[in-house]
Amino acid sequence: MKRSWIAQAALLAAAGLGLWFLVSNTAHNLETRKIASGFGFLWREAGFEIGETGAIAYGAADSYLRALGVGLWNTFRVAAIGVALATVLGTLVGLARLSPNWLLKQLASAYVEVIRNVPLLVQLFFWYAMIAENLPDPAEALQPLAGVYLSNRGIAFPTPWSTPELNGFNFTGGAALSPEFAALLVGLVMYTAAFIGEIVRAGVLSVGRGQVDAAYSMGLTRGRALRFVVLPQALRLIVPPLTSQYLNLAKNSSLAVAIGYPDLVSIANTSMNQTGQALEGVAIIMAVFLTISLSISAFMNWYNRRVALKGVRR
Amino acid sequence: MNAAASWMRANLFSSWPSTLATLAIAWLAWKLVPPFVDWAFIEAIWRSPNSNACREAQGACWAFIGEKHRFMLFGTYPFEQHWRPALATIMLMLLWFFSSLRIFWKWWLWAVWVVGLFAIATLMWGGVFGLAYVENGRWGGLILTLILASFGMAFAFPLAIALALGRRSRLPVVQAACVVYIELIRGVPLISVLFMASVLLPLFLPEGLTIDKLLRAQLALILFAAAYLAEVVRGGLQAIPQHQYESAEALGLSYWKRTLHVILPQALRVSIPPLVNTFIGLFKDTSLVLIIGLFDLLSTIKVSLQDPAWAGFGIEAYVFASAVYFAFCYAMSRYSQGLEQGAPARVLRAT
Repeated sequence: MKRSWIAQAALLAAAGLGLWFLVSNTAHNLETRKIASGFGFLWREAGFEIGETGAIAYGAADSYLRALGVGLWNTFRVAAIGVALATVLGTLVGLARLSPNWLLKQLASAYVEVIRNVPLLVQLFFWYAMIAENLPDPAEALQPLAGVYLSNRGIAFPTPWSTPELNGFNFTGGAALSPEFAALLVGLVMYTAAFIGEIVRAGVLSVGRGQVDAAYSMGLTRGRALRFVVLPQALRLIVPPLTSQYLNLAKNSSLAVAIGYPDLVSIANTSMNQTGQALEGVAIIMAVFLTISLSISAFMNWYNRRVALKGVRR
Repeated sequence: MNAAASWMRANLFSSWPSTLATLAIAWLAWKLVPPFVDWAFIEAIWRSPNSNACREAQGACWAFIGEKHRFMLFGTYPFEQHWRPALATIMLMLLWFFSSLRIFWKWWLWAVWVVGLFAIATLMWGGVFGLAYVENGRWGGLILTLILASFGMAFAFPLAIALALGRRSRLPVVQAACVVYIELIRGVPLISVLFMASVLLPLFLPEGLTIDKLLRAQLALILFAAAYLAEVVRGGLQAIPQHQYESAEALGLSYWKRTLHVILPQALRVSIPPLVNTFIGLFKDTSLVLIIGLFDLLSTIKVSLQDPAWAGFGIEAYVFASAVYFAFCYAMSRYSQGLEQGAPARVLRAT
């Protein structure tokens, strides 16, 4: 036992020395490059415009802090909508793979195989090219549903308060998704749904055949058996891996930087390029995502305890 | 005929919802498949030295891929030397192929990999045996994607084993260090680790010491993949029944002997299918190096689109990119599924 403590002390000492080496190098390098470290730059004027500012009023004269706030809001916006839609689509895909209908099953399997085996970044570029290059101008916008317009300016759709109308070169009124947001959202939702579908399928399959047969013999229809017998039991198996898919979606939203959606990473990247405050920029990105990761896992742990069997230690 | 009818009744029209689904899918196929076939094949332009024919046609412009395929596959590697990355690509693929076969799962496979990776590096860099030197700033295309994934896996794997053992260690300092590392890396997006390697690493190093961009990205991928692989290996370690640990201890074997000769061989064997899945993830993740300015396959394809003569064929370009990535990832995922179906019997016999 004594030897192991010496080994651990040596490990600590080596880690400390390594850290000191890095810190002293960094301090020296920052000094020679005349970069003032610290977060003081956050209060300086950002000087760049942001295409989508969401709920936060922002102009080029505002501070870096406010710009990053806009980025954070945009990250939350795409992640929250993405998680909700991916859960719905993923559940449908998972159930479709278990459907007695052969066509539906094959379609869902093909979807899962194709989506899971192509990098998300390729898919994002694909959707962005689809929207920005291949959809018509607003004047000739496609109208898949009444009031919903698809054009190379994005997607315009009605709200209870107003409907979109063509006004000059773009739509006014209603609500609109920019091409970047639409591409990112579609890409994230379709990608994550393929993984969620597999989780749902595995969860449903884990419920014993006897449970299903018992439900049928009690006269429950397929839909009711699924809703009242299978899903509540499957949820216990589904929730933990579902959590990591939600986390993945949030982390993957950082690929926004590649198609120009102004999320946190993209704005931090612009700020780093303008100010040279790379250390602080990367630290902000990492801190925010660690916070998101830890909060989602804390919430899901709580939920997991709630759906767990009473009296069973997990 | 009767058999077909009863099959259809059972699998397509078994109930009202099922019938509805069948009809909906048939309607969608009728609406979507003919226009797609028209676009992809019938109206497509397969060969054309410039984009004029494509601009007039209604279909896909596959000529774009044909015209740019050398750049897409090899990037800015000197044109007359393209046989070198081509040969390296084939060598790497062969290495992976033979490593996937069970009869080659011998201790000397490690040696083959070391020699193979060394040979590939020599071939790509040159400067010896009469090969012209090519700096790695000019490497690009498919071989760069394969190199990033292969070297990433090769170096992340030993690190991951160390991290997984550390996380299960009885020594609190070692355990804490491994937990913090693994959870920290898994909690942040890969792009932030890549930013760290590309922008911050130069700041961390002493003045005068520089590491070039490719190696920095490779380092980031190794450190990132190691955290995920470590969790896979840990899963394998947990799957080993307690009595294996206890009997090894009862035999008086030291920690390292127990680990190396009893636990790890079994743990790694059960983790092979999830390891392949993690590797597929790493393979797809290499595409992110585009964001820090390296010329991997996706990046060379994207750059091809910037040629004004061929601008606007994004769909064709990304369909091609998807097809290449899909070919690699699908093959690996089928392989992993095959292993999963075959594995349990063998594991039972081993324990």
